[in-house]
Amino acid sequence: MTTFPIEKIRADFPILQEKIRNKPLVYLDNAASCQKPQQVIDSIVHCYSHEYANVHRGVHTLSVKATDRYEGAREKVKDFINAQSTKEIVFVRGATEAINLIAQTFGKSNIKAGDEILITAMEHHSNIVPWQMLCAETGAILKVAPINLQGELIYAEFEKLITDKTRLVSVVHMSNALGTVNPVEKIIAAAKAKNIPVLLDGAQAIPHMAVDVQALDCDFYVFSGHKLYAPSGIGVMYGKQALLEAMPPYQGGGDMIRKVTFEETEYNALPYKFEAGTPSIADVIGLGAAIDYLNDIGMDNIAAYEAELLNYATVKAKQIKGLRLIGEAQEKGAILSFVLDKIHPHDIGTMLDSLGIAIRAGHHCAMPVMDFFEVPATARASFAMYNTKEEVDVLINGIESLIEIFG
Amino acid sequence: MFDDLRDLYQEVIFDHNRNPRNFHVMQDADRKVEGFNPLCGDRLTLFLKMDGDKITDASFQGSGCAISTASVSLMTEIIKGKTEAEAEDLFSKFHEMTTGKSKEINLEAIGKLAVLAGVREYPARVKCATLAWHTLDAAIKNEQDSISTE
Ligand SMILES: Cc1ncc(COP(=O)(O)O)c(C=O)c1O
Repeated sequence: MTTFPIEKIRADFPILQEKIRNKPLVYLDNAASCQKPQQVIDSIVHCYSHEYANVHRGVHTLSVKATDRYEGAREKVKDFINAQSTKEIVFVRGATEAINLIAQTFGKSNIKAGDEILITAMEHHSNIVPWQMLCAETGAILKVAPINLQGELIYAEFEKLITDKTRLVSVVHMSNALGTVNPVEKIIAAAKAKNIPVLLDGAQAIPHMAVDVQALDCDFYVFSGHKLYAPSGIGVMYGKQALLEAMPPYQGGGDMIRKVTFEETEYNALPYKFEAGTPSIADVIGLGAAIDYLNDIGMDNIAAYEAELLNYATVKAKQIKGLRLIGEAQEKGAILSFVLDKIHPHDIGTMLDSLGIAIRAGHHCAMPVMDFFEVPATARASFAMYNTKEEVDVLINGIESLIEIFG
Repeated sequence: MFDDLRDLYQEVIFDHNRNPRNFHVMQDADRKVEGFNPLCGDRLTLFLKMDGDKITDASFQGSGCAISTASVSLMTEIIKGKTEAEAEDLFSKFHEMTTGKSKEINLEAIGKLAVLAGVREYPARVKCATLAWHTLDAAIKNEQDSISTE
């Protein structure tokens, strides 16, 4: 591996030059949302300054240009996750909307009373609540595979929960609260053996590793742009073409139709069937720019760099007396969730903020995970490709000092 | 190192966080109300002993951040011997102080509670300081929600 171009990368992210409370910003809240490189910002400015019009509608030059850019971004997403076709790439608002879309379309047409949906105990609320809503409507049953004290899925238990009644397996690829990367290959193989479709919530995994949906052979893969260095308000639902063809539309409106009369409506082809209304055009283009940016660096290089960073941070954190890591899975992404003896995560968050360090303190939209570890909340430092070992040192020093003054 | 935070985390707050006052279950409480802040998961149970409309004793249980622990600890000290009306009056003064509605801090009226004035500068932490008082308010207003041990 050639050396990771960390300095160049940092220079590309203007916000990293900001001072917070008069200290250089150390941004370690990337799992919540990450920052944007100049290239992404420029792509949006360029769109609105030179190439903006509505897409798929006009014969005029600008609309054709905007449509080209918009569809070009879809092509980039397709290549980025190695989908077979752009028909399988549906733009949505984010991972949350993608899961709701699947629950309301695929779910409603395939899942009936007594059927089972299988998730894990480490899901984000967005991969729990839509299924609870579906279960309440249909009488289906939500099954939850347990985790162990390292924060790993107990695979043997998971396997036992796949039954003849299971209609969908929906699991998080990488947990936002724990950092755990699930054994998705095994999970998918086990589900496929019984012809059960698998949805992967890739919201956290996507910025940290190369994802190949064909190699994985998952049926759905969802993620948000804002955690992938792209704008907020845009995300992707990947679905296998055959499944998407069979699914009813989600919302009705413009763009998702081929022909409308008052008697009947013929729906548009994929992926437009699921994209009712004017989309977030500039943000989609921004997502394309983010993917270009990441491809230039290489996802495998990013994964290797972040693994080293996480390892460095983990070793240092473990040396702090009174610090307990929450989530110590063998397979883990660049997230460090922790609690301190007798110091509440919110105090940690405020204290670190005064040093310019942004971390998250709270339940991370995974209250069942907090209950499992019997903590009200955790402090979470989550890393991105632009973070450095020096920043880890600032964090570790900050934690040590705040422990001291809490006494 | 944490110079900027001196207004927020005053020594009194650390002290009450380390050694919370009136931190126990009250078996013969006349009122028992739970307070919950879903945003941060802070939970507390407030116990009151009443004599007519006078609060004769107060205690609490629960876990929270330093600000919320210190706030409830200080509150249980200060409301002892106060009538319900006096306690409510204190709540509104405290509320004005912590939300920054009144810039002037009336030290005479608010006493020790003034150490919590620093949260004004930290909007994300105001709720930590006011949870105790909202719980007290519920205990005073919503008698049907409170559990009588008699
Ligand atoms: C694992 C996981 N799934 C889903 C989501 C929801 O993403 P969004 O809020 O962008 O829709 C998140 C966001 O925190 C997440 O971490």
